[in-house]
Amino acid sequence: MTNTRKQNIASAFEKLEGNAVTNWRNLVNSGKPVIMVGTATCGRAAGALDVLQAFREEINRQGIECPVIEVGCMGHCYAEPLVIVSKPDNPSICYGRVNPVIAQRLVKEYILGDDPCLEFVLGAMEPNDLIPSFQDFPRAAYEHKLLLKNCGFINPTDIDHYIASGSYSTLAKALHMSSKLIIEQIKKSGLKGRGGAGFSTGEKWEICRNAHGRPKYLICNGDEGDPGAFMDRSILESDPHSVLEGILIAAYAIGARYGYLYIRAEYPLAVEHARQALKQAKKYNLLGRRILGSDFNFDITLFQGSGAFVCGEETALIASLEGKAGMPRHRPPYPAVYGLYGKPTIINNVKTLAFVPHILKNGADWFAGIGTETSKGTAVFALAGKIVSTGLVEVPMGTTLCQVIFEVGSGIPNNKRFKAVQIGGPSGGCLPESALDLPVDFNSLAEAGAMMGSGGMVVLDEDDCMVEIARYFLEFTQKESCGKCTFCRLGTRQMLQILDDITKGRGKMEDLETLERLAEDVQAGSLCGLGKTAPNPILTTLRYFRDEYEAHIIEKRCPALMCRELTAYYILPDKCERSCDACVGTCTVEAISPNKQRIKVIDQDKCIKCDTCRVACPPQYNAVIKLSPPTKLPVVKK
Amino acid sequence: MTRNSHPQPITAKEQARTKRETRQVLKGFGKDRSSLIPILQAVQRRLGFLPRVAMIEIAAFLGIPPVDVYEVVTFYNQFRLNPPGKHSIRVCLGTACHMKGGYITLDAWERRLSIHQGQTTPDREFDLDTVACVGCCTMAPVTVVDEKPEAKVEPTKVDGLLLAFQREKGKKDSKKS
Repeated sequence: MTNTRKQNIASAFEKLEGNAVTNWRNLVNSGKPVIMVGTATCGRAAGALDVLQAFREEINRQGIECPVIEVGCMGHCYAEPLVIVSKPDNPSICYGRVNPVIAQRLVKEYILGDDPCLEFVLGAMEPNDLIPSFQDFPRAAYEHKLLLKNCGFINPTDIDHYIASGSYSTLAKALHMSSKLIIEQIKKSGLKGRGGAGFSTGEKWEICRNAHGRPKYLICNGDEGDPGAFMDRSILESDPHSVLEGILIAAYAIGARYGYLYIRAEYPLAVEHARQALKQAKKYNLLGRRILGSDFNFDITLFQGSGAFVCGEETALIASLEGKAGMPRHRPPYPAVYGLYGKPTIINNVKTLAFVPHILKNGADWFAGIGTETSKGTAVFALAGKIVSTGLVEVPMGTTLCQVIFEVGSGIPNNKRFKAVQIGGPSGGCLPESALDLPVDFNSLAEAGAMMGSGGMVVLDEDDCMVEIARYFLEFTQKESCGKCTFCRLGTRQMLQILDDITKGRGKMEDLETLERLAEDVQAGSLCGLGKTAPNPILTTLRYFRDEYEAHIIEKRCPALMCRELTAYYILPDKCERSCDACVGTCTVEAISPNKQRIKVIDQDKCIKCDTCRVACPPQYNAVIKLSPPTKLPVVKK
Repeated sequence: MTRNSHPQPITAKEQARTKRETRQVLKGFGKDRSSLIPILQAVQRRLGFLPRVAMIEIAAFLGIPPVDVYEVVTFYNQFRLNPPGKHSIRVCLGTACHMKGGYITLDAWERRLSIHQGQTTPDREFDLDTVACVGCCTMAPVTVVDEKPEAKVEPTKVDGLLLAFQREKGKKDSKKS
């Protein structure tokens, strides 16, 4: 490349950067307080939009100048809605579980007055003498934020915020480099695909770069279908430009002309933010023809997936882009050689691509220095289920499960016992307490029977039935099986039927052997990852929790008191309070009535086991209990 | 996959209108097969569902057999063949929601609305369906009511949400009269 062209790119980018930095400085260094409200989907579910409105109204009413901006998700989803208030000469403070009333108080007492309302504080953003900061939290010792660095701190719909945070400069740098050099760097860094399979990204790019056939395509796979995973959603919602920058660098490296950003339609906000990001990038000449004055042309089309889990598989995804039913095909040929419309195509996960700018910016050796021998970099996990600090975490590969769950995630709520952790969604498995010391990386999880998957981690406690969770995942894979391979289509159905019977107390001991045999057959006889991994939830639960299966079959008892056919609700007469009617009023089917002594009794024929009465019973009585098997119920005369 | 109920018959007048609206939507698209899914999404956004006439119209536009359109429509969970209700109720059945009682929530909705998942109430006020995961696992169990995810929807909150709709409707009705 000639020197003048290099200068052109550099000066084009400097102009953009200069503008962005000025805009950002005007916002944060204006001497005015700034309020940031986290309005990603999780925030919205908790009422963040009402909080946002309350702030704006109160600021108008008080007649003060204070910008209120919408930001993404910080990962502390357990405390949504989150608000960050930055007041000049004070540390930035993050408030948790904010509601409109607290919002009004914050404006009146902290922004107008001097009281930081300590009772609502979650933590300060930087260490200071006044308030404990996030860096003082135990989780800070384990977290290593790369992908989530910007999430929750910039306005995802404003490209200037992203540029001012020092990004897109890597793209400008990459455009000076030869594509070979970029691929070398990615290979050296040891980056592996974060979609689940863990194939070396650099090698995949090299195959595609050397493949014949034009034009080449690059697809960003944001079809995050795993139930229980929401990392890609959060990144696309909170920091879409970081993904875009990764896409652009990847496209430049493999020589792609067209790109697709494939996002699930179930993520409307992610789609919206990605659409705005594309529009802004186009305006800034970061997309389209002659990007930043170089001779690199690239266009991205946003494509909404239509709700089929199997479309996360690359060949199925390609079929759906071509306007067909999303059915996988045989590989090889791999898409890197023969993909969309028969042309060389690279399909990378959202997170994989978002890592790329970080690697080029800080160097391959830096990235290779994080993580373990075989798995480099960091892993993003979505913590959900029975865990105190639900939300997103990013830790270096090699952190143990125990550290993630008990240190970063603060353990199990309500003094319950940890039972298992489900990793990798329907393709993954349930790991028991004995596996807690396993380091999180591609190899060790696979050895234990689970898999890294895309990073969903659902924590289960003593109240969760392992047979039921295996049944749940089989129900999911059975429903989502596209029907192409016989073993997957019919095998999952048979396995689901058997598990259904077991959870209903109709199981037989020989069923367990049939399950194991079927699992093997389905693994061997399926074309794509969906079928190959569908038996994993059964195999891991059978391996680690066989006793629960046996309790269901032999004793007709659900040890976790979860399976509805095997449990019954009962009100303890000596604990029930005569003057209390809480359960009677809430029972949705009018199955509870007081007897002559005004002790409440459940009519077992009417009871649908909806759990409402147990929740409604005031904690000082705790009179409603579950029994398993139902034969334990004392006989009551009617 | 799911939902194999058949397209509902509609009157000749409605058919003509459906055809007209479908054609209007088609104007914004190219004629290659890869536009099929975006077209279906756009038509469903406009009409609320995909009636038979619309599918035939789309097939003619792309020059493919109508059965190919039907195949794609029935393959993906997003597309519906029957008209939606005024309010859409989507119960999330992701892992976290399931373990925290999403199926109990679904039961409560079914009982209160007297319909099963995939159906619309006879007065076309509500349609009830499930969704694999909306990615709000931290707020489980979640129900998406008219595009807005509602956190921690237990049977009592189901009643509360329905009550809010009733009050809203009562207010509108009293304004009218």
